Amino acid sequence: MRYAETGYNLEVDLSTGNIERVESDPKMTELFIGGLGTNSKILWDRVPPEVEPFSPDNILIFSTGLLCGTPAPGANRTIVSTFSPQTNLMAYSMMGGFWAPELKYAGYDKVIIRGKSPKLVYLLITNDKVELRDATHLKGKGTLETATLIKEELNDPKVQVASIGLAGENRVFFASIEQGRSSASRLGIGGVMGDKGLKAIAVRGKRDVNIARPAEFIKYCNDILEYIKFRANNPIKGVPPILATLGSPQEMALHDEEWHTTSFSWGHARFRRKDFWTPEIAERWTKIQDSTVERLISCYNCPMRCGGIIIHPMLNRFMMKCYSKLTYLMAAVSDDLGFAFKITGLAQEYGVDGFTTPQVMAFAIELYEAGILTDSDMPDFPKSNEDRFFYLLDKIVRREGIGDVLADGVYWAARKIGRGAEQYDHNTTRKHEQMVIKLGMLNPLYYLMYGTGEKGNITQIEGQIPQAPLPEDTKEEFVKDWIHPPKEWAEEFKQFILEWGRGENVFPFYPPISTICKLVEWQEMMHYIDDSTGVCAGLSSFPIKPPYHIHNYPLIISAGTGLDIDDEGLYRMAKRNRNLLRAINIRRGLKRQDEKPPQDHWKKRFPEYEEKLQDEYYKFKGWDKNGVPTKETLKDLGLDYIAEDLEKRGIYDNGTESK
Amino acid sequence: MTMEQKASNKKKVKVIKIDLDKCNGCRACEVICSAFHANPKYSSNNPARSRIRVYFDPLKNKYVPVYAGEYTPAECMGRDKYIINGKEYDECGFCRASCPSRDLFKEPDSGLPLKCDMCEDDPPQEEPLCVKWCLVDALTYEEREEEGEEEVKPEDVEIGLNALVDKYGLDKVVDTVARMTQKD
Repeated sequence: MRYAETGYNLEVDLSTGNIERVESDPKMTELFIGGLGTNSKILWDRVPPEVEPFSPDNILIFSTGLLCGTPAPGANRTIVSTFSPQTNLMAYSMMGGFWAPELKYAGYDKVIIRGKSPKLVYLLITNDKVELRDATHLKGKGTLETATLIKEELNDPKVQVASIGLAGENRVFFASIEQGRSSASRLGIGGVMGDKGLKAIAVRGKRDVNIARPAEFIKYCNDILEYIKFRANNPIKGVPPILATLGSPQEMALHDEEWHTTSFSWGHARFRRKDFWTPEIAERWTKIQDSTVERLISCYNCPMRCGGIIIHPMLNRFMMKCYSKLTYLMAAVSDDLGFAFKITGLAQEYGVDGFTTPQVMAFAIELYEAGILTDSDMPDFPKSNEDRFFYLLDKIVRREGIGDVLADGVYWAARKIGRGAEQYDHNTTRKHEQMVIKLGMLNPLYYLMYGTGEKGNITQIEGQIPQAPLPEDTKEEFVKDWIHPPKEWAEEFKQFILEWGRGENVFPFYPPISTICKLVEWQEMMHYIDDSTGVCAGLSSFPIKPPYHIHNYPLIISAGTGLDIDDEGLYRMAKRNRNLLRAINIRRGLKRQDEKPPQDHWKKRFPEYEEKLQDEYYKFKGWDKNGVPTKETLKDLGLDYIAEDLEKRGIYDNGTESK
Repeated sequence: MTMEQKASNKKKVKVIKIDLDKCNGCRACEVICSAFHANPKYSSNNPARSRIRVYFDPLKNKYVPVYAGEYTPAECMGRDKYIINGKEYDECGFCRASCPSRDLFKEPDSGLPLKCDMCEDDPPQEEPLCVKWCLVDALTYEEREEEGEEEVKPEDVEIGLNALVDKYGLDKVVDTVARMTQKD
């Protein structure tokens, strides 16, 4: 018997309509954990680098994480992996909600989709019964609307539906896959789903998920819950309220938005409004939020209430969470929180990414105001920014007129439009829109994270470390119960927390590069573990002092699966996954020069020091000067076949490999 | 009358209070309930076997955790439908019965009825585990004593057998059990 996982994947070929239930190799779990790790292995094995994202040979994987469907709190993430139409690199985006546990209960760890359906279909999975169903009646329907119609069709409210909207159907490069309030939205995976002619996957399961060492496992789960209660009563001192608690930033519950509105950039990531957060705004927004957020809600088996049910006079009820409350509003430079809720509701039905979409629209407005786009490109373009956003959103998801160009994202749109539009592409890395933050002094940790994060999304690599030096009077208390860092680095990290901000100990030349590498490595590795286990980053790699960490994770995984893993073993698995993903992107042409944060991310830059940072970090990772994992690194992780492949392709040939 | 005898005239009433407004729809109660009742304990979980179910429809803001109550061999004469603050809840939406009219509270494999036992355990749990795992306090637990005889509760096996008797008739069940016994 397999524990925690089911041991079966579904293989679906949309071109032929063939569906098979295939037993997976338990060895893969021992090597790659599950979720993102095993997804990467499948993509490495089966999708050669020349395959275009919109090709029937591209594979789209919906995966559970190893712990999804077990009682481990917050283990509910669906990890979707494929190749991105925007970056041509591997795309992995994740969503919480209820879908992944339901797939486990149906008896599967992954749904692996290849080919293209000749007509729009949806996949229905109910335990042993798996079928492709006609979805022509769902064409053009919204994401939530689609889920509702499928549930009605099947007469079962507990069916979990992941679906695309108009944007996905029209292969928008930043189309999302939506499931209630949860969405896998980065890097255009919804566009790949649309290209395959797959409108939705509906799943319902009534089977058991087994645990290897039950009493031990449930004890660890209870410990996690106890710690969550402890943290609810003991917020972190010395950081803004929004960073003091567990979960995603609690933006459906909290009213205080001073931190985001005054430190993040408005418009097309252009300017800060340091005095935006006035008592008047606070009062007005509180009123709007209280009459709009009807209930705080959670994902499967998680007590954090990151989500909210939203009522808006012009829309059906919908659900949302986190920072999408502000992305559209700040990009449109609007002060009206009501606008934020309304456009987010619409955008979700269309199925677009709440990070990229507002930036693309703000970019279009900039071009219009600069005279690069004109009334002939945008007939009847409205006067107010809010109205312009509704106008542009509609054009983009339909790929109508200028929308067809903008639907490829800022990088590609700028090059298609030309006439100087390239100058306005200032906030992308690897052709992907980055977080809208523009600051003064170079932050060496974030320099590396923005540059090298394989997902290209800062929130999926950062975490656990305060964003600024803690106030002196909170430092000692902070490190006292900071059990989270890996043992061999714990003292060094504590010293960093204590000394950071004192005298000369400020960015960019503090801490030493060796410490910077370890801090970045630790943050990233915890994300890799989460992305493989399916535990939400909101209970693990993202917030400060989370319930899951490198010391209890191995115990939980071991008790759940029956494997015997310790801290080092788990770290090694995460490292293997990290290098595997790296190799996939290297094989598809990722270069050192692609790994640069936006040029204007910080005002004060230090080109020589930045090069040195990158050199040292690559060395620390076991990569050569070009960022390619060395043969030694790969062989040490048992990835000899990858070293051979890279060698055969001549990727090591330019003589720069460092030993 | 001795003290012991007097005490036996009191019965313990166990109450789970359900606050619909606080429910976050996370279904942790279903997870831990089905894990606790697995055999061996916690060796598996499966919300379809849970003795509590959360019925929720976020798009109508309806959240109703319901506990499995008595098994009933026959449907009610009619159905009920509640409308609260303008929200219409599902037919029989608050009913706890394992009843022929619906799939709810039946073992997915055998179709045998499920019933909440308040997590009876040895040593006893402090509170039912669904309550323990409900960190948002939608479920809270209270105990009180009332005058009256402690009711003799039928075991799970008996409830299951009753359901089989209702479905197939006593003779058939007895015959089958007899035949199975002989095989061993």
